[in-house]
This record gives sequence, structure tokens and C-alpha cells, in this order.
Amino acid sequence: MREVSIIGIGQTAVAEHWDRSIRDLAVEAVGEARRDAGVERVDALYAGNMLSGELAGQENLATLIADAAGLLPVEAMKIEAACASGGAALRAAYLAVASGAHDYVLAVGVEKMTDLLTDGVTAALATAADADYEAGHGIPFVALNALLMRRYMHEHKVRHEEFAPFSINSHRNAAQNPRAMYRQEISAEDFARSPLVSDPINILDSAGICDGAAALLLAPSSEARRARRPPVRLAASACTTDTVGLAERRDPLVWQAVADSARLAYAQAKIGPKDIDLFEVHDAFSIVSVLSLEACGFADRGSALKLAAEGRIAREGDIPICTLGGLKGRGHPVGASGAYQAVEVVLQLRGEAGGLQIKGARTGMAQSVGGSGSVAITHILQV
Amino acid sequence: MELPRYHRMRRTLYRLEGSACGACGGRFFPPRAVCPACKKGDLAPHRFSGRGTLYSYTRVTQPPRGFASVAPYDVGMVRLEEGPLISAQLTDTEGIELTIDMPVEMVTRTLRDSAEHGFIVYGYKFRPLLRELRPRP
Repeated sequence: MREVSIIGIGQTAVAEHWDRSIRDLAVEAVGEARRDAGVERVDALYAGNMLSGELAGQENLATLIADAAGLLPVEAMKIEAACASGGAALRAAYLAVASGAHDYVLAVGVEKMTDLLTDGVTAALATAADADYEAGHGIPFVALNALLMRRYMHEHKVRHEEFAPFSINSHRNAAQNPRAMYRQEISAEDFARSPLVSDPINILDSAGICDGAAALLLAPSSEARRARRPPVRLAASACTTDTVGLAERRDPLVWQAVADSARLAYAQAKIGPKDIDLFEVHDAFSIVSVLSLEACGFADRGSALKLAAEGRIAREGDIPICTLGGLKGRGHPVGASGAYQAVEVVLQLRGEAGGLQIKGARTGMAQSVGGSGSVAITHILQV
Repeated sequence: MELPRYHRMRRTLYRLEGSACGACGGRFFPPRAVCPACKKGDLAPHRFSGRGTLYSYTRVTQPPRGFASVAPYDVGMVRLEEGPLISAQLTDTEGIELTIDMPVEMVTRTLRDSAEHGFIVYGYKFRPLLRELRPRP
């Protein structure tokens, strides 16, 4: 396997893009990544997307994007792994370059969610769950996470307000990210007053519905010198799975796929959690941040809330998470989020994160999770 | 599109039928072709009693498309007395404070809005165990 580097990045602002289609968003991100790298050549394009068929009535998406971006006749395929689709596209691009099958490969994550009303989007998101035994019983995605959160609060005897620091941290960082959707800081009082979505989950526990696209251009590290920008090495890429049905796990509060993919990634990069300078967590709901930090070895079982309470997840802390706002603050265009996370880690490792810069960052981790922890894709990036 | 799905699922939806592994004795819901514990394929249908305790619960106030007629409703995960967890709607909960570990039992109810051609979709839901709620004599 060849060593692989990210040589170009691009991203649209995350927003409700009423005037822009899924192809417009993808083309903008792809164009920005190619200009950033200053490299013309593209051998293949992998489009990470979860719901283009459900929400935009559009499949054959990668071909559409390749055409619209002027890249025909390159190889192009859509990669789907629920909310981890963006991470999955990055992994597909990594595998293509590492194997030697292709040299210059684009991974673009894109989602256009705002064309439907909430009940349609809720039904579409539920397709990440088990259609026969979860979604078919009217259990939306947010309810599955609410079941986890209530059980966590019960087993560890914690109160809902103790989850507030995760949302506060993501909003605090998003406030300084010009591409983020929710650029306002929030307080513990705001969190306490936030309306319930699915008890105990409230609106400020939850990432919002939005549109966006992010893209990365990958190349063999040996070729990366040709790029305009300093390359960032992909030191690890790992994908693991667990049952789709949340109820079918021995212990739903142990996110085994997340733990397995982090363990594989640490082994590939020959590092441990202590060596991670920043961690882009899949904070679709605050309970997801908690279970992910515990599964990835940053906190013991039942103790991730303590990390947050002590300020260790803030950008001044020893394990900064969601450093450009995370899914909660930047926004969670589902199939694009994994690509945004990787773009944001690249910004940090290049030293281009402005007021959000983690000083001296050399190693960053991005983790994209699909379903209720049923597929986890972890990348470790280094300079 | 939905009609064949619900017809296909009649054994699980109406009878709470899962699988028992002849090799390791594990019992699973929903049914499986390969045992997730011992990875053998020696699985036979197994009907669960429908009794269990509440593992967790929440309320759905913004239902997905297809469930507006039954909303708002409670959903939960139930620990069946035979061991597996199952996700389902809860019913007959009005005026009852739900608590983790409370005993519940399976009943058959309308699951969702009528499917195409007015087909009524029935399936399992769980309700607080009535026996436990009666005042003692």
C-alpha cells in the first residue's frame, strides 16, 4: 500500500441553500478543492451521500457531479454508509490511491436536505435504522438516540443539564467558523430552556437539518510536492460495523463499532488517544459525543461528561473536539459531514484555522458514524 | 410497496417470533439466518412470551411520514424475559408514569396510518403490565 496525502480541500458554507441544488453544492466544493491543490488531474471521484434518492429524487449522483464539474469520463460512484457516507467516500478515495489503482482521486460529501418538510426528512433519516424493526414501527432516529440518552442518565445517575457543555463547546467554535450554520454562542441557560424534541433530547442536543458539500483531493505522498498547499498525510483509515438494530446489541451503551474503528486506526498510525491533538467527533446528538469519547479511549465508561465539565474538550483543553463547530454548530448535512470533518482537520494541521487554531496541532482524528453507532469510519491525519 | 413487507413480517409482527440457535442456545429477535453469537446456521423459529421490562423510553412528538394518525406516542426498548431487547411503540400509557425496569407486556395494535388501499397495519406494541397496576385487594 502507498502512503496517501490530502493535497486540496474545498467546502461550501453549511446553510439552508434555497437557491442551490445538490449538483450546484457538489460542483462548488469540488472546484474549490481542485483550485486549492493547484492540480488539474483527477482520475476518479467518489461521492459520499446518504439521501439523494429520498430527498432530491436523484441517484446516479456521482456521475451527475462528475459531469457537472467537467470531469467526464472519470470513474465516479456514490458511496453510502448512512450518516458516515462522507467518511466512507474519503475511505474509498484512500483505498483507490493506496492500492495504486488511481493517483489523483476526489472524495466529495454532499447532502441537500431542505427541499422536503420535516416529516419527509425525518422519514428519510430513519432509513439509516432497521426498516423492518425500528423505522417501520415509527421510531425516528432522534428517538433512538433519546432511548440511549435516558438509559445513560439512568445507569450513570447523571442529569440532562450535564450534557450542556458539548453543545456550548460546538456553538462557541462555530461562532468563529465562517462556513458554519449556527454562528452564535449559547449558554447553559439556553440549553436548559431549549424545547424538547424527544425527551430527554432537546433542540440544542441535536444537529440541525441543512445543506452543504465538502471535498478533498487525494494523491500518493510521493506526488504531493506538486500541490500548491502543504500536504497532510492520511496516517490511518478504518471502517468497522455493528448491528443496524440498536436493540440487537449486547449493551447499547457500548459503541463497539466506534471502539473497533478507533482501535484499528490507532494501530495503523502507531499512536494512542493521548497522541491526538484534536478530535472531530460525530456530535449529531450530545449523547453520541459522550458514547464516542468513551469508546475511543478518551474517557472511561460513564465518565465522558466529566471531560466536558472540566473544559478538556474546549480548544484550550487537552482533547479539543468539534474545533470548527462540529455537526452541532457547523451543521450536519448528513452525507457530507464526514468530508467536512476531514477538511476541518486539514485546516487545523495546516495552521489555517484562524481564531480556532489548535496551537502546534500535528495529529488530528476525524470520526464519521452512521446509524446509531452501526458503522464507524475513523481517519487519522498527520503533518 | 409496503403491503408485501407487512405481509412478509406477519410472524414477527403478530406472534413475536424470533429465532433460537440449536448450537449455542441463544435466542434472538428479530429472526436471523446466522447466529450472531456462535456464527452457526442452526436456527429454528422461537416464539417469545411478550413479557419483559422497560429498558428505556421516549416520546415521539414529531412523527415520521406515515405515523401522524397515531402521534404523539411513546416508544421504548423492552428487555424480554428470555433475554433479548426489542424496540417498539408503547401503548395504553396515558396517565401512567413510565419508569425504567417497569414490567410490560406485548399487545397487538394498529402500528401506523393505513397503508395503500386502506390496509390496516397491525403489529406488536408493549403496555404497562395491567396486573401490576391494579390495587391490591
